[in-house]
Amino acid sequence: MSDGVGLRACRPCVGAIMAKALVKAKERTIHLALFVCALVSIVTTVGIVWVLIKESLEFFAHVSPIEFFLGTKWAPSFFPQHFGVLPLICGTFLVAGGALVVAVPVGLAAAIYLSEYASPGLRRILKPTLEVLAGIPSVVYGFFAFTFVTPYVLRPLFPETDIFNAASAAIVVGVMIIPTISSLCDDAFRAVPRSLREAAYALSATRLEVSTRVVFPAATSGIVAAILLALARAIGETMAVAIAAGNLAKLTANPLTNVQTMTAYIAQKSLGDTPAGTIEYQTIFAVGLTLFLMTMAVNVIAQRVLKRFREVYE
Amino acid sequence: MTGATAVSSSLFMPRVQRRRRSGRAFELLCMLLSLFGLAFLAVLIGRVLWEGASWISVKFLTNFPSQMFPENAGIKSALWGTIWLMAITTLTAVPIGVAAAVYLEEYAPRNRLTKLIHFNITNLAGVPSIVYGILGLAVFVRWFRLDRSVLSGGLILCLLVLPVVTIASREALLAVPKSIREAAYALGATRWQTVRWHVLPAALPGIMTGIILAVSRAIGEAAPLIIIGAVTYVAFVPTGPLDYFTALPIQIYAWTDASQPEFHHLAAAGIIVLLGILLPMNAVAVAVRASQQRKKLW
Repeated sequence: MSDGVGLRACRPCVGAIMAKALVKAKERTIHLALFVCALVSIVTTVGIVWVLIKESLEFFAHVSPIEFFLGTKWAPSFFPQHFGVLPLICGTFLVAGGALVVAVPVGLAAAIYLSEYASPGLRRILKPTLEVLAGIPSVVYGFFAFTFVTPYVLRPLFPETDIFNAASAAIVVGVMIIPTISSLCDDAFRAVPRSLREAAYALSATRLEVSTRVVFPAATSGIVAAILLALARAIGETMAVAIAAGNLAKLTANPLTNVQTMTAYIAQKSLGDTPAGTIEYQTIFAVGLTLFLMTMAVNVIAQRVLKRFREVYE
Repeated sequence: MTGATAVSSSLFMPRVQRRRRSGRAFELLCMLLSLFGLAFLAVLIGRVLWEGASWISVKFLTNFPSQMFPENAGIKSALWGTIWLMAITTLTAVPIGVAAAVYLEEYAPRNRLTKLIHFNITNLAGVPSIVYGILGLAVFVRWFRLDRSVLSGGLILCLLVLPVVTIASREALLAVPKSIREAAYALGATRWQTVRWHVLPAALPGIMTGIILAVSRAIGEAAPLIIIGAVTYVAFVPTGPLDYFTALPIQIYAWTDASQPEFHHLAAAGIIVLLGILLPMNAVAVAVRASQQRKKLW
């Protein structure tokens, strides 16, 4: 085979090779672009952690962590300043705990009804309608708590209720997280194999007995994970709490009084014109870091529990 | 015979009547508790309509907010701010979120980094929105010097809803059967051609549902925008991405916080407009999902 003949024969061949190289380059570029997009999430997390830690370190250069985490008085805007975060944590848990008191029984009952009792037609309507509750903006819940729940529900029952109070915020946040619990628990209940239920029915158990003694125990980890995820949402909830719960940081167990949560503090501080670089400004980041670590811990535990429950039946 | 019955009933008492009765009571209790959520929703919507319906007018949509005269106040700047935010958020979050999902489901090798990204996205979905606001304050507002612009706000909302878009898209991609991909590969398609022309179209309804839910979440979000200092009584419409802005939920918050009761009516009217946008979006998402489940292509 002479060179000339080879070249002539391969002229279309060269084009094909170049086209192939072009396709390969395009594929590689797309691969890379997609990879970069996936990395955005990592960059976001790194950004959050970096920002919170960097500014918090400056804060902790002025305030000892012992005072911050164990101090019982929070008054960064008054002299003498106090930087004990416990009152804010107390407010947060008063609201989040109250929210769970509302959401856990309602959410669980709704999940049992959806998975064990409701006909498929009713289920198709009920489940999305319940999920609308999660789609309503929290500022709307705040408005409702402030202009309806406090004056028309709480005050007639408990006349000593403050205008701003933890209870009204807890009720609306509780309603907001009902779908988190009901949908996740419904999924957990439906993951329980039919055979378990049928075995119990064959022993002439009633639906109540099947639900509470067979389905419920089998889905325990799913229920726990759902409650934890709902708790994390309630801890991080901002607008409803900022509107309805008030902004008086104090250590109290009375839900009818004005309290301040971590999120409400951050919102209030950013609304005012706090100059950057001051210690007051840095409190936003220190409180933000505390909030972030708390929700993160609850979420990670929930994921762990959820993973275990998935492994059982898959 | 009578003796035998007496013995057996003392050993085993089925108590069928009582068990049936308590079973029925339990069913009723569960039903009533599930209806509690719906009743709450009905009262909430009824209350908002009662307070705000008479305040809705053309003037309300086309006037700027006023701190002094509630009867002349409107939501023009808030509505435009929300439209700007949505445009920026959708244009950034949708391509990035879907691309991330495509990478994770179609391209990623099964290694540590991929696992980390998965874990990370799940956790990001649980980070409180206000923390995204703090990130935006430090990075977009101060570091990138974008100030309190509508671009800062839109980018923060983009980061906030990215996990939602990615998780929903991943689930949609996961539901596309392997056989579709294998058929495309068998015909000599490259990976991208397979994804672009076969997998993505099949997953589109699921992805759309995720996008609608993500955008509706962003529309209702106020906390991170308050952190970056979005102003409340804005008397202009943003003309470019670097202008100051306000948004519907922020305006509603400001009116709810105002002391005069007239402003509460304005807040309620604003909520009617907000829910008038959000509830249909939710309905569309639910309808798309339902029709998808009924069709069951595979």
